[in-house]
Amino acid sequence: MFDIDPFILARAQFAANISFHILFPSITMGLGWILLFFRLRFTATGDQHWENAYHFWVKIFALSFAIGVVSGITMSFQFGTNWPGFMEQAGNIAGPLLGYEVLTAFFLEATFLGVMLFGKNRVSNRTHLLACALVAVGTSLSAFWILSLNSWMQTPTGYSLEDGVFYVDSWAAIIFNPSFPYRLAHMMTATLLTASFLVMGVSAWRMKRKVDGPATTKVFKAMVVMAMILAPLQVVIGDLHGLNTLEHQPAKIAAIEGVWETHNAVPFTVFGFPDETTRTTRFALEIPFAASWILTGDLNGEVLGLNEFPDQHPPVALVFWSFRIMVGMGLLMILVSWWAGWELFKRKQKPSTWLINAASWMAFSGWVAVLAGWYVTEIGRQPWIVYGLLSSAEVVADHGSGILLSTFTAYIALYLFILLSYVATLRYMATKPAASLLDMAQVPGQVTDHRTVTGD
Amino acid sequence: MDLEFWLPLFFASVMGLALLIYVVLDGYDLGIGLLLPFATDSDKDTMIASIGPFWDANETWIVLGIGILLIAFPQAHGQILTAMYIPVTLMLMGLILRGIAFDFRAKAVARRKDMWNAIFAIGSLITAVAQGWMLGTYITGLGTSAVSFLFSVLIAITLPALYILLGSAWLLIKTEDALFDKALRWAQKSIVPMGIALLLVSVATPLVSQTIADKWFSFPEALRLLPIPLLSSAIFAGLLWLLYDQKAIRAGKEWLLYAGLVILCLLAALGLAYSILPDIIIGQLTIWESASSTSSLLFTFWGTAIVLPTILVYTFFVYRIFSGKTTALTYE
Repeated sequence: MFDIDPFILARAQFAANISFHILFPSITMGLGWILLFFRLRFTATGDQHWENAYHFWVKIFALSFAIGVVSGITMSFQFGTNWPGFMEQAGNIAGPLLGYEVLTAFFLEATFLGVMLFGKNRVSNRTHLLACALVAVGTSLSAFWILSLNSWMQTPTGYSLEDGVFYVDSWAAIIFNPSFPYRLAHMMTATLLTASFLVMGVSAWRMKRKVDGPATTKVFKAMVVMAMILAPLQVVIGDLHGLNTLEHQPAKIAAIEGVWETHNAVPFTVFGFPDETTRTTRFALEIPFAASWILTGDLNGEVLGLNEFPDQHPPVALVFWSFRIMVGMGLLMILVSWWAGWELFKRKQKPSTWLINAASWMAFSGWVAVLAGWYVTEIGRQPWIVYGLLSSAEVVADHGSGILLSTFTAYIALYLFILLSYVATLRYMATKPAASLLDMAQVPGQVTDHRTVTGD
Repeated sequence: MDLEFWLPLFFASVMGLALLIYVVLDGYDLGIGLLLPFATDSDKDTMIASIGPFWDANETWIVLGIGILLIAFPQAHGQILTAMYIPVTLMLMGLILRGIAFDFRAKAVARRKDMWNAIFAIGSLITAVAQGWMLGTYITGLGTSAVSFLFSVLIAITLPALYILLGSAWLLIKTEDALFDKALRWAQKSIVPMGIALLLVSVATPLVSQTIADKWFSFPEALRLLPIPLLSSAIFAGLLWLLYDQKAIRAGKEWLLYAGLVILCLLAALGLAYSILPDIIIGQLTIWESASSTSSLLFTFWGTAIVLPTILVYTFFVYRIFSGKTTALTYE
């Protein structure tokens, strides 16, 4: 039992932690801006429904944020406990980028979160708006720095290497490395989509249980519009990101496409089972010329195959399948958002039962897409930790597999417990009747019991 | 100016400062977690409300402290965190448990509230003990002997005692009436054990570390160190009087206990800094040997010099918004 490769365990543990962690920032980064939008709409129009929507969603924001913070602290320590070599060799570059994230983002969001959550009746509306804006800015700044570092690990520039240690030549070249603009745009759009589908989904839960008020409808519509724009846009950004990857990390693209031998007029494999032992993709369902066309713009274009990178390409099946799950989710998002738009705006009707069911199933679709997308990019970087320069195996800590296995198990148990509690709590919060409904039914002079009412 | 000399020293100081701020700030909210099981249900809500707007930002200080270790002293960062793998993992799990419990307890189904309260308390305890263990391991120069282990256990008991006292001191500032009286009793009960534990730690420290013993018992340099134990003893005596006399505390000067503890922590930090510097891993590695390249440090220096004061200013601003006695937490 204890003879599992400690390197694989260290990677699995880190992957479990970072996967769990990213779920929550991927909600809060988008939701922060959506909450600011609710507050601004209320301030501009005086329409109480937006304020009710804010009160309901800020609680979910607080809960998600707390889980994001504590699981994020884990990350900052695990760089050292699992990958000490990375910091020793790339610390000159990774250190300051992480440092700027802590200094400019973590304190900003954590400090003003207090004002945002609990200070509404202690400060002016303007100060509260400012606090909401600073929290949103803080979460996005955090994405800026960490994605800059991640992108540098994928497409390193602006460094020099001396005795295996990285030194800085140009901070501008490091921060704005070639894949950074694409990754940042792709991730920010992803978080906004994740949040919009969560809000849509939970609103749909409320509609199903008939505890929705007028605010639910307004919020649902706003999120549909947002998703209608962002979901197709994400396809364009994703495509540009892919072309950038082709230029800098051809092995990752070869794994995504499941292309083994370099050749021309490459078909796109919709489904199939890449097999690294036989180096073929079995049961492949192909669209002729499509991969060549997407990647080179030419039906007859040449695509590099995995066999060009012996022992230096990522595990193929994982990358191949993660990519298809991500793209599939993205297409579903386009479908559902445009279907909803057609019902709500073209036919001007209330959402149909079918739509409500679809939206409620899609509540966590963003999570699936985000995780799958990160698996493509991170597993696709292997066997390197800094692409082409430093391998992951070189920097791993030498803990025994016994200790790694026990901490890994403990983390997994803890994370499952939290995930279950999180989803259960969201479902519970979505069952409480809306304040806006009770207010309407309220007899003058009667006091509404706010303890049992959510601000929807 | 010789940057290669000064920048590592600057970052070592900022790291020390961040960790000191962490102890006095997160210390009070961890302490409240430790005290939670001893409170009534309605007191529990008030206690949680008193830390609601702050705990998140408080925890960020340890991320900054560890962050600077990583940025400025990457060699030491890897070695220290690898050596502390078990207590660090425990601490992280404790922090996760208490962080999520804080939010779930108010939002989940009411019948689950007791469970989340218990998780909050247990998470706080695990965190505090693990941090003490980490500090102990660090002071012994990442030692692995039985003596080092015993020393770590000693500190693992001391730190929660300090946090309980800080938590009680915070409650004196933020609460009234019955809970205020209870906080005063908690403070009275915990101050003497904490004092004894602190004394034991001070006596044991030079015994476990030859490097520290050499610094403490070499004359006349040790005379410079003398104000620290003298002042600490005076403040400790003052706090004892404060708690048992009660007059000042009940006459609107309830912040005195917290202030006294902050100074006590500051003195302990100075003593520790004197004992450790210029090493970053005691007896093995100096801050200069483990420092990042000067250009990387300089890049971070400018950010730190501008942003850190800004952080302190807006932290002060937020504490002022929430000053005064705690009222029930509301999102509206």
